Amino acid sequence: MKRFDESGRLPRLAACAAAVVIAVTACGSSTTSSPTEQKPPTANMKPLDSIGTGEGALNLIDWPGYVDKTWTQPSTASFEQQTGCKLNVHDAQSSDEMVSLMANGGGGQWDMVSASGDADLRLIYGGDVRPVNVSLIPDYQNFDDYFKNPPYNTIDGVHYGVSLQWGPNTLLYNKTKFANPPTSWEVLYDQANSGLVTVYGYPIQIADAALYLSKKNPSLKITDPYELNQQQFDATVNLLKQQRPLIKKYWGAAADEISLFENGDVMVGNAWPYQTNQLVSDGKVQVADTIPQEGATGWGDTWMLATKAPHPNCAYQWLKWVSTPQVQAEQALSFGETPVNKLACAVMESHSPGSCKQYHADASSEYFSQIKFWKTPIAQCGNGSNNCVTYDKWVAAWTSITA
Amino acid sequence: MGGRLDVDHGLTPSTTIDRGPRKSGGALPFQALLWRLPWLRSTVLLLPPLAWFVIIYLASLALLLITAFWAIDEFTTKIVQVWNLDNFQTIVSDPIYRLIIGRTVLISVLVTITDAVLAFPFAYFMARVASRRTQTFLFAAVLLPLWASYLARVYAWILILNHDGVLNWGFRSIGLPSPNIGYTNVAMWLVFSYIWLPFMIVPVYGALERLPDSLLEAAADLGATRWRALRDVVLPLALPGVIAGSIFTFSLTLGDYITPTLIGGAGSSFLGNVIFNNIGVSNNLPFAAALAVVPIAVMGVYLFVAGKLGAFEAL
Repeated sequence: MKRFDESGRLPRLAACAAAVVIAVTACGSSTTSSPTEQKPPTANMKPLDSIGTGEGALNLIDWPGYVDKTWTQPSTASFEQQTGCKLNVHDAQSSDEMVSLMANGGGGQWDMVSASGDADLRLIYGGDVRPVNVSLIPDYQNFDDYFKNPPYNTIDGVHYGVSLQWGPNTLLYNKTKFANPPTSWEVLYDQANSGLVTVYGYPIQIADAALYLSKKNPSLKITDPYELNQQQFDATVNLLKQQRPLIKKYWGAAADEISLFENGDVMVGNAWPYQTNQLVSDGKVQVADTIPQEGATGWGDTWMLATKAPHPNCAYQWLKWVSTPQVQAEQALSFGETPVNKLACAVMESHSPGSCKQYHADASSEYFSQIKFWKTPIAQCGNGSNNCVTYDKWVAAWTSITA
Repeated sequence: MGGRLDVDHGLTPSTTIDRGPRKSGGALPFQALLWRLPWLRSTVLLLPPLAWFVIIYLASLALLLITAFWAIDEFTTKIVQVWNLDNFQTIVSDPIYRLIIGRTVLISVLVTITDAVLAFPFAYFMARVASRRTQTFLFAAVLLPLWASYLARVYAWILILNHDGVLNWGFRSIGLPSPNIGYTNVAMWLVFSYIWLPFMIVPVYGALERLPDSLLEAAADLGATRWRALRDVVLPLALPGVIAGSIFTFSLTLGDYITPTLIGGAGSSFLGNVIFNNIGVSNNLPFAAALAVVPIAVMGVYLFVAGKLGAFEAL
């Protein structure tokens, strides 16, 4: 072995290397823009009248698992064969990453994004997505009425995408620890559970606390957890700061939360049905989930079309394909979420009896009224006033809560 | 560094005997030009690395600094090119950023001290006590973990530290209470110290290995005890190696955001996490750029002090 006669030279190299790493953060995206317009910048773009020949490729940004090669009935391979559109998929880890990806580089790399409601308005008002002609999607007629024009993707009757799936943010708990099933979000703020709690580690989690406060403290007059004035917002942030000492860890990816529960590090937290399904099928710990009496936040996902999409015809082929009952059912079962196409229920039952009810695909309007779907907090409150706390303030507050 | 560039000394025209005008029949004009103008030859040789350094590295650093003085449109998160100092003002005035910067620097310092304390006896043994065979074996043992993925090693620590992990289980099985340090700042300190230890051992070893035996013999001849010799001869001569190693451990910890994400709990954010969130979550590149100036400044101060302590003279 060569003796390290020159080992002293290494540090100088390392010092330079460290500086290079720091420099990589530099970016020079530069577009000047005026403050928030009332009307989305792409509102007057005319959507396609008919679907033409495919362009041979389709570049998608998705939630991990949303474009899954393991699907079989039908498979993504069969989509590629039928349409000649080759799928290039990028998995994003958060709504915020989706917005970042769509906004950076001037667009033009991506055709579509499976954005959740908390990202949609940012994409729409950022001019990153364009109107979609829903009459070209035959299965649109079979959607549950709520998801034909949900407020997070449809503005003034213009559709900026086609609804895909939805799900609630449930209260997940360890059945051994909680012999009496909790019925309120209270457990996440209870000193008795110090060090046993996990919640979602992104700014939109503030809405969960606001929803709880809307019932717990009616004098604050919170009607919509995404439309908070300064006083309501401060009270919510305060509650979350009190919650922080109880938190073992803020979870980012679903897999993180699953291992936190399986290793016994946490006993209760907020979760997606996906985690519950995985934990139940793993069988290492006894868990259950519930929608507490205060209701729950939820997410509704939408396939949106990029303003500068290079393959619009393939994009419409994709919209048609993901809206069919078969694909809706396949995705719902593989991800543990609820399809927006009402016809998917029967297909789910044929694959896995009981699944339609398990995933609330037959949900009544009463169930819906419990769920406040994610949407981007913007200055305009629903009541016409313009003093609601905007999303960038949510992000800053979240940094100070979790730091 | 400039002094090292003139490696071509023996070949410059000034040292050749035949200085008369030479009509070289076959040589191309450009080659002749290079022959006559040694500075041009150096320039051509250095141009590619220099261009890389200036364009890729300095230019991106400059862009970073410029971006830090811009802002974003609050709603669409598009960059607005209006010159202002708001980003820096926020960093200075908001206590939360002081907390995060303080935590990042403090843990980096603790990790550096821990690694120095662990590395010194190890490197001393390797350099001055161990046989050649043992030395080779120890070197492999130190460097082997670097072959495995960083992520694999961090995840291994999660398995050790979590609630049902090896550590708690070990403590329980000998009748002690579980330390339960999973997802805490203590866990981060432990994992960082483990991950960056080889980067301290190697330079300290280098410094100790070059220590002339004659100095220790002289110390013994003059009546110094072994401890006295260690304190007055070995430690001062090893110090530049320790400082060189500390530049690694300190800067690597300072810039890391993966271990805080995976090992840290609530209240474990590092500067790198806040920078990452400002890029990935809020798409606020100007603020991220302003935050990125902080570690540059901290490292600048650190390197300045390290230089004063002689870390670079010993290279």
